[in-house]
Amino acid sequence: MGTRNKHYLWLTALALVGLLWLLTCGKNEQKAVTVSVGGQEVNQVIQQRGLTAQDVYAAVKTYIPTGKHDEYIMFASGGHSGQVLVIGVPSMRLLKVIGVFTPEPWQGWGFSKETREVLAGGNPPGKTLTWGDVHHPGLSETGGDYDGQFLFVNDKANSRVAVIDLRDFETKQIVKNPISLSDHGGTFVTPNTEYVIEGGQYAMPLNGQYASLDQYKEKYRGMITFWKFDRKKGRLVPGQSFALELPPYWQDLSDAGKQVSEGWVFLNSFNTEMATGGVESGNPPFEAGASQRDMDYLHVINLRKAEQLFKAGKTKKINGFNVLPLDVLIKEGVLYFVPEPKSPHGIDVTPDGNYLVVSGKLDPHVTIYNFTKIKQAIEKGQFKEHDPYGVPIIDFDTAMEAQVEVGLGPLHTQFDPNGYAYTSLFLESAVARWTLGGQWTSKHGKEPWTLVDKVSVHYNIGHLAVAEGDNVHPDGKYLVALNKWSIDRFANVGPLLPQNFQLVDIASKDQPMKLLYDMPIGIGEPHYAQIIKADKIKAWEVYPEIGWDPSTQSKHPKAVQAGGEKIVRRGKTVEVFMTAVRSHYTPEHVEVKKGDRVIWHITNIERARDATHGFALPYYNFNLSIEPGETQTIEFVADRAGVYPFYCTEFCSALHLEMAGYFLVKP
Amino acid sequence: MVTEKELILGPRVPRELLQKERQRFLMPTLFLGGAGLLLLISIFLPYWSLTLYAPQYPKGLQMKVYVNRVTGDVNEIDELNHYIGMRSLKEAAPLERSLSIIIVGAIGLLALAAVYIHSPVAAFFAFPGFLYPLIFLGDLYFWMWNFGTHLDPRAPLSHAVKPFVPPLLGEGYVGQFKTVASWDVGLWLAFLSSVLIIIGLYWHRKVYKPLLEQELLAKAKETSSKSA
Repeated sequence: MGTRNKHYLWLTALALVGLLWLLTCGKNEQKAVTVSVGGQEVNQVIQQRGLTAQDVYAAVKTYIPTGKHDEYIMFASGGHSGQVLVIGVPSMRLLKVIGVFTPEPWQGWGFSKETREVLAGGNPPGKTLTWGDVHHPGLSETGGDYDGQFLFVNDKANSRVAVIDLRDFETKQIVKNPISLSDHGGTFVTPNTEYVIEGGQYAMPLNGQYASLDQYKEKYRGMITFWKFDRKKGRLVPGQSFALELPPYWQDLSDAGKQVSEGWVFLNSFNTEMATGGVESGNPPFEAGASQRDMDYLHVINLRKAEQLFKAGKTKKINGFNVLPLDVLIKEGVLYFVPEPKSPHGIDVTPDGNYLVVSGKLDPHVTIYNFTKIKQAIEKGQFKEHDPYGVPIIDFDTAMEAQVEVGLGPLHTQFDPNGYAYTSLFLESAVARWTLGGQWTSKHGKEPWTLVDKVSVHYNIGHLAVAEGDNVHPDGKYLVALNKWSIDRFANVGPLLPQNFQLVDIASKDQPMKLLYDMPIGIGEPHYAQIIKADKIKAWEVYPEIGWDPSTQSKHPKAVQAGGEKIVRRGKTVEVFMTAVRSHYTPEHVEVKKGDRVIWHITNIERARDATHGFALPYYNFNLSIEPGETQTIEFVADRAGVYPFYCTEFCSALHLEMAGYFLVKP
Repeated sequence: MVTEKELILGPRVPRELLQKERQRFLMPTLFLGGAGLLLLISIFLPYWSLTLYAPQYPKGLQMKVYVNRVTGDVNEIDELNHYIGMRSLKEAAPLERSLSIIIVGAIGLLALAAVYIHSPVAAFFAFPGFLYPLIFLGDLYFWMWNFGTHLDPRAPLSHAVKPFVPPLLGEGYVGQFKTVASWDVGLWLAFLSSVLIIIGLYWHRKVYKPLLEQELLAKAKETSSKSA
């Protein structure tokens, strides 16, 4: 019998154990397991390692044999690392780290001229930023479902948005929001990715000028920005983008309407108290000052109308950016408020677009609003009151559909195809599964708006991600809990601990949720993730042709083919046109004079998959990753005479160490 | 007097006979015509393919040889070959590649032309087509021998690999690579064409030889009666 057949038998055996466990579920989880079919060796391992039936089930559920691929791809923010993590689900294997806001040597990100220019696109005037606080990855959508073409992420620390092209998993553009320094409610996209939404966080004067905190109510403002996305070019278009001026509440998370609510955008807020802190002067600290009122405001935004007003020229320019003023928003009926329980978090639109789920954070309930009711109230114009800036407030009871007591510290909600909603419970370190009402009732066949199950996670869960769980057509099956603390889950690696991504099995609509796998994240605080069906992504294996510039996704004007290599001197500028192939650079000698400006283009002329070459130039501080077909450029002044051996930093072949050359700088 | 042209073209088939035995006279036309046509079609198809297997190429590397070009993972195979000092595949058989379409076209057209020739000369027209696949294989072998035994001694791995000639058909081994050579559809068409030529010539002889003999006999009578 071949080894392949043996493996097959083991797997069958393991699957049987899983079934066995399902049958005995709930009776005695700690009962020792035995495998009956061809499983002597397996039984030995199970006994030696002291595994329970649930452990074996989890192992069988998540193991991906070599050469097989994961069913889903998860894009998780890399938090402080300023990067994006690409993770396979259900194996929870890290597949890639995409450089976004932070220079990253492996990819040569921020070293080549081309990638430096992308990074520089996000710099505020006069400053070079070298990190980002990546929060919310948002996949591009078509018809309200992920289409696998682009990924957007925001940097909370400096209010920036980046565009990643999923043909090559590289960042193509970074834009700096000209009227804000911090964002949180992004990036989320409209159902056909017409706009990428970036909601602000901490209010400040939108023009970036100084204003005393005494003038908070008059001079400080919140904002939400709608970045126009040109799908064909794969770029955000600042000139066709615009922002809304909002009251100086601290806007938080946002979500785009879909289906019945398409054309509307929802954004929640806290600190409607407009507390300004100052604990050192005897004022209540922000944490108390911003938590006084029982209600904050859910912002309901008519995006279609806002777009019309922008096109009609109703915007004013702030720092050169188009902003619709607050008074225009009120007058033209773009902005409405609905009270939401104290300091809420998360605003998530159900797959049918009809319900908006807001989590209590400091309240054990999720509040579900009915969009149809909100729209009716707006159409009738029945507003009992207005906020201090004149924004009409829709009555809570009019808009509210239901409240579900899910547990302590509810934050974020996603959905599955069976009519269940899943809400993360920060304080309780758990995930709650509860039933939606309305048309969803027939799917789960249970009491609507009711908590049905809970699973403990470890610990302090923030966001959660269900496979395609914020789409019009959610996939369900898996849920990943993005836990902020791991405490005792992994070997101690000192006081700074990894965070913990926990995979949860939610495939069965009748069985309880089951914890499957812990994945430590030792790179930053990954706030949010989205999980897409892997086969939706059509990435290139190698760049389409030799001499490709990924920053423009077109032929690089300075690329050369084999045989076209040359060194051209013009005055004090030396331009090198080099090729790289296993296992040599051409040319291998580059000689310049001290003080020369060197512009050095390297084209990887390989067509083989994975035949990437690096390029390290010591002292001058360069490392490049030049993937098959790619052309990259470095530019610098040869300011120190000497001899500098350059070499390939990707182990490309048996003669990789010989892939080197000399850069000679004559005094 | 019989002209040279008449001698080569051979006798035409009398109309009444053709109408009576159309099927018989169609045979050489069908087989020889088919042979010529297959050769012309084969120009567009691969003749020979070589697949290389090694651990780091899970899908294998494949090259396909046409009469005038090589397609597939040629760059990658060249890339590997440079380590052992083999010249680029692009440099192989330059004369053959540049002339191949004309030559194969001409061979095919000659076979087609044999349809109109009703004398033994037809065999000379069809014969190149018969030999052609063997010529192709011979030339292929020559170039493989030429490349495999003239390795650049300054190449990085020139001492690791002894000169070699990969087999024309079947498996071979070079370094960590297993090579599998197979004959592709173009070459099979060419072989089929050879077979058709033989059958065609058989029918040709069968249907035209009696006519030719008749005509020669008639001519002989005519001359003898004149002289008498």
